[in-house]
Amino acid sequence: MCRLRVYRMRNNEPEKNATLRRSLYSVLGLVLMVLLFWASYANSKFAPKSKDFWEYIATTSIDKWLNNWPKWLDMPLQPWANSGLDWLVINYGIYFDMVNDFILSLVVSIKDILTYVPWPLVILGVCLLTWFASGKKRGTTLLVTLCMFFIGFLSPKFWDKALETTSIMLIAIFICLLVGIPTAIWMSRSVRVRNAILPVLDLMQTIPSFCYLIPGIMLFGLGAVPAIIATVIYAMPPLIRLTDLGIRLVDEEIIEAADSFGASSKQKLWAIQIPLAMPNIMQGINQCTMMALAMVVIASMIGTRGLGDEVLLGLQQLNVGRALEAGIAIVLLAIVLDRITQAYGDRIQERTHQVTKTD
Amino acid sequence: MAIIELNNVYKIFGPQPDQVLELVRDGMGKEEVLDRTGHTVGLNNVSIAMEEGKTSVVMGLSGSGKSTLIRHVNRLIDPTAGDILVDGTNVMGLDEAQLMAFRRHKMSMVFQRFGLFPHKTVVQNVAFGLEVQGVSLPERTAKAIENIEIVGLKGFEEQYPTQLSGGMQQRVGLARALTTNPDILLMDEAFSALDPLIRSGMQGQLIDLQKTLHKTILFITHDLDEALRLGDQIAILNHGELVQNGTAEEIILNPADDYVADFVKDINKGKVIRAQTIMEQASGYVGDVAVESLPKVDVDQVVNDLLPIMLESHSPLAVTDTSGDIVGVVTNKGVTATLRQ
Repeated sequence: MCRLRVYRMRNNEPEKNATLRRSLYSVLGLVLMVLLFWASYANSKFAPKSKDFWEYIATTSIDKWLNNWPKWLDMPLQPWANSGLDWLVINYGIYFDMVNDFILSLVVSIKDILTYVPWPLVILGVCLLTWFASGKKRGTTLLVTLCMFFIGFLSPKFWDKALETTSIMLIAIFICLLVGIPTAIWMSRSVRVRNAILPVLDLMQTIPSFCYLIPGIMLFGLGAVPAIIATVIYAMPPLIRLTDLGIRLVDEEIIEAADSFGASSKQKLWAIQIPLAMPNIMQGINQCTMMALAMVVIASMIGTRGLGDEVLLGLQQLNVGRALEAGIAIVLLAIVLDRITQAYGDRIQERTHQVTKTD
Repeated sequence: MAIIELNNVYKIFGPQPDQVLELVRDGMGKEEVLDRTGHTVGLNNVSIAMEEGKTSVVMGLSGSGKSTLIRHVNRLIDPTAGDILVDGTNVMGLDEAQLMAFRRHKMSMVFQRFGLFPHKTVVQNVAFGLEVQGVSLPERTAKAIENIEIVGLKGFEEQYPTQLSGGMQQRVGLARALTTNPDILLMDEAFSALDPLIRSGMQGQLIDLQKTLHKTILFITHDLDEALRLGDQIAILNHGELVQNGTAEEIILNPADDYVADFVKDINKGKVIRAQTIMEQASGYVGDVAVESLPKVDVDQVVNDLLPIMLESHSPLAVTDTSGDIVGVVTNKGVTATLRQ
């Protein structure tokens, strides 16, 4: 026991540091809170008549304090956000325009190519894509081809609109992959990064989409680009989550095996982790696609053309049949995209799925 | 010459290993440490040396720290305290790049659950060590095919691991470890996941391979029969502490404590104990028979080999050393005493 105490005295250096850090954080938190109080008081629209804080405290009765939330105790996020957005639009509007023009030109060229190609060729192309992606499964290919055919069969004007929706989604999913996959890799490697990014993903998934659709219009103008940005925000989280999960779920012993041969972290990532996480990544891309399609209807409200546009028009005219037709077309498009990505994921899974046979 | 040396190695798992290390050094037991600090003692002051070209077996029950120990040799796990020397290199002194080079060329590892890459074919799996080294595709494929043949898997090169049985998968693991031609093979319960018959076959294959390759093998197991069959030297771990280190005979004849005694209790001693150990001094005549006229056996033959000869001749046996000189006799009494123990 005595020896134990001696060791505590000798080795309390790290413990002291930890305590110091904890109290530093507490002080910082306190200072931040006081600053927020001050800012809310100074910026409040409902500031008390007396500008002297202490006089206000002294003259306000205690039950008024406790029963009603003090009107000045109001974090001025609203004016900050508004002035921040204004500042962005005024000073950097030109850059947003450039991004807008670039993405828009991509969307338009993809759409132009897809609509220029004769429709039987497009159906044939999708059919072949499914055939090879699914590993030559007849049922899936037939289903996808029929769905594709029925989009136009439902109403000829849906054909071009479905292609327009598809081109918007392709760009959105491409951006999701471009940003999402590296983020997921980064997350899977560091607990600290993951802890920082997870709440951001929660925010992206729960914040109502109109909250970023409207500022999107202010930055990029009406049309496809704010819709793409909104789609990316909405559809990216599942891709990041599933990719991160997939990489972390790779069997510990397999990682150890790679380490034991002296693989660098780059070699490990490309030769082992990414290929083994592929079923999960494909599931993420599948989810990303489905959520992107769900966003298409909402995005039509900010002037994005495509199938969602038809639903919106039908509802505005109380033409339930028209809305239903367009709705079914969206479901058909969803089935097409889902089957293709799903079938490809299944095929990868078959190969990498670990069954340890014992004989 | 010792090629792998662990000197006073401690490993403590938990958030504050350095502080707990002091407690362990002061003699606190594994369970007490877990109770009072929530830390797990993986290795407790382990010092062990392994000879070049020999098979060293580390044995213990689960939780004894044997898998932790083997991972210290290639630093998949860093020790809390202590030195690890491999071929004269202080492994703890290596930086990241040096460690990578060290793992690539010096040693390779075989895993209990095989650790094969399910998305790579057998030949790609076996070539992985060379792929990491940056060897060109044709060269590493040729080398891999060579080693696949050595372990007897010719014809399965293009299969995926999941298409193979457990025994075949582990042979892929063994081929993969041999392909980089390392000095040291680390085998972590390599055969434990296999059925008894397959396991015995793999042990035989390893013994045959070792006759030509003369690698330094560090073999981890919880199976004493396996340890006795493979090991030139056997170390026994309990609760992270090294309780005994010696040859098979030493461990069976003089168990260091109750834990080891428990282990060796049910072992067929006739398979391990050699004529040399139980022979008596030869003095011209045994009873009224000249020693010269007795059936002769070698000093290294085990009791199980002596029994049939003895039963057939109804007489004691003369023991000869490598040069053919008689150095002692084995009598009925010696053999019965051994088997009765």
